[in-house]
Amino acid sequence: MNDTDTMLDIKNLTIHYEAEGGTVHAVEGLNLTLGRGESLGFVGETGAGKTTTALGIMRLIPNPPGKIKSGEIIFNGENLLSKSESEMRKIRGAKIAMIFQDPMTSLNPVITVDKQIAEMISLHKNVSKSEALKLAGDMLELVGIRRERMHDYPHQFSGGMKQRVVIAIALACDPELLIADEPTTALDVTIQAQVLELMKELKQKFSASMILITHDLGIVADICDKVAIMYAGRVVEYADKRSLYTNPVHPYTRGLFRSVPDIEEDVDELPVIPGLMPDPVNLPSGCAFHPRCSMAVDECRNSRPKMIEAEEGHFAACPVCVKKFMNGEALS
Amino acid sequence: MTTTDEKIIPELVRKRRSPLFEVFLRLSKSPLAMFGLAIIFILVFCAVFAEAISPYSPIKQDLMHMFETPSSAHWLGTDEFGRDILSRLIYGARVSLQVGFIAVGIALITGGMLGAVSGYYSGWLDNCIMRVMDVLLSIPQTLLAIAIVAALGPSLMNLMIAVGISAVPTYARIVRGSVLSIRSMEFIEAARAAGSSDLRIILKHIIPNSMAPIIVQSTLGVASAILNAAGLSFIGLGIQPPNPEWGAMLSGGRQYIRDFPHMTLYPGLAIMLTILALNFLGDGLRDALDPKLKR
Repeated sequence: MNDTDTMLDIKNLTIHYEAEGGTVHAVEGLNLTLGRGESLGFVGETGAGKTTTALGIMRLIPNPPGKIKSGEIIFNGENLLSKSESEMRKIRGAKIAMIFQDPMTSLNPVITVDKQIAEMISLHKNVSKSEALKLAGDMLELVGIRRERMHDYPHQFSGGMKQRVVIAIALACDPELLIADEPTTALDVTIQAQVLELMKELKQKFSASMILITHDLGIVADICDKVAIMYAGRVVEYADKRSLYTNPVHPYTRGLFRSVPDIEEDVDELPVIPGLMPDPVNLPSGCAFHPRCSMAVDECRNSRPKMIEAEEGHFAACPVCVKKFMNGEALS
Repeated sequence: MTTTDEKIIPELVRKRRSPLFEVFLRLSKSPLAMFGLAIIFILVFCAVFAEAISPYSPIKQDLMHMFETPSSAHWLGTDEFGRDILSRLIYGARVSLQVGFIAVGIALITGGMLGAVSGYYSGWLDNCIMRVMDVLLSIPQTLLAIAIVAALGPSLMNLMIAVGISAVPTYARIVRGSVLSIRSMEFIEAARAAGSSDLRIILKHIIPNSMAPIIVQSTLGVASAILNAAGLSFIGLGIQPPNPEWGAMLSGGRQYIRDFPHMTLYPGLAIMLTILALNFLGDGLRDALDPKLKR
């Protein structure tokens, strides 16, 4: 990780939800770094804590029941967790923008789209109402929607176009960091490709950093520079894309890759990782993955593994595998 | 360029109409709603210009012409004191509309505020308010209104208060429900992620989204308030004689219904027509206010 231009540095972030059945350990001691202009793919199963981490960065964890227990989120050298609510409001949208999963519900149905984009602009930029509306039209054209349609309501757009509008809103104030929470999950495959292409293009144009939350390893390969694999509230492997895709180290990551179907091979049944995600109220001791791991040793049950560097810039939270990997032994 | 400009500009102008006008345009596509609106306009006109248009005084007795059936002198006939029924209906519109709108106003403002507060700041406050509303709701509306009027004494003002208060829980529930459902929508979270403050979210996102059910319910609420007030007057707890009120006229005519049905028929028709008109308008508004039903 180059420390020359770190934009976002999350240290030991812990977020809990107080539920009736006990405390949900949504995010446990998470560490993550993101450089300026980089894009990070955030991969994990449903419930791994990806969205919670994203909301944590925005300080939008619903409280109650959620609470950021400890940790630091350093954004541009400042700890977001020590900011006041009104300071955070100035950062949200202007410096860090978020794209939500479902474009069908993330636009206000009773306001025309130009006004929704203009609202974002006038919240953070000192411009007149008519100027904001004009800029809104520019943004729409930028995401490939004709300007004539700016006075339409969200329901008059298709799903893919709505997501374009959402992207226009997110980018309206030229944010430094864009958090996209499964931006294409609700769209069909062809539209997914278009939206991803657009995001890639605009990310470059606006030279923004991006955190892309997804469960789709293909999307990550397409747009991200770095990848973080998350399991049960922790990052288990972090590397740049090439290194992770060629040499996955952590058993969970390798399990994920094995379960991706190969177009060349004809198999009846895909390999799966045995077992289920642990109950976040009652996480296993030591490494959270050990009950499902074929390589688990006693050490895994007793102590929580730290992130170890396996090769340059490639970290994995599995001492057993890292050791094997560094000795050049085959990881099965 | 000129050709495209010409094409685009009228398009923009067409779409820049005020939202209110848009709603009216969509409303005008529904004949039933327009019928309702027309009836209500006529009623408002009657209420405002009652002195000018009613042919006789509504309270002056004329014992020479009692129980007259409709004729050219008395279009809708006369009642047991020789009073002109048409004139009484015209003046009665004044009372009915006043009761309807003011009672709904009372209910909407009180209930709306209680509902919005409990929806937005859920928790113990929500619990307290809504349990009180549940208690009120468990008492039949008419019975509750009777109790309030009986306690306050019959008068026009008390009638409106009674009808209004008995409708408060309905509005509190509707407003709370829509605030709750909208508060948890993703676009509210998106607005928060865009840096909007709570107040801005309430004013710009929650209220505009909850307006439609409230407007519709209010329109229908006016109808039931009028009906309620007429009911109270019918049992003698509303407007006191000799003041003209539709419910009271109905009640006054009921002992003569066998021989002179016109005395009950016309006030009854007036109530029915008003309520029908308000219901048509309410239904039309519900469709017109739903942006999803726009072409």
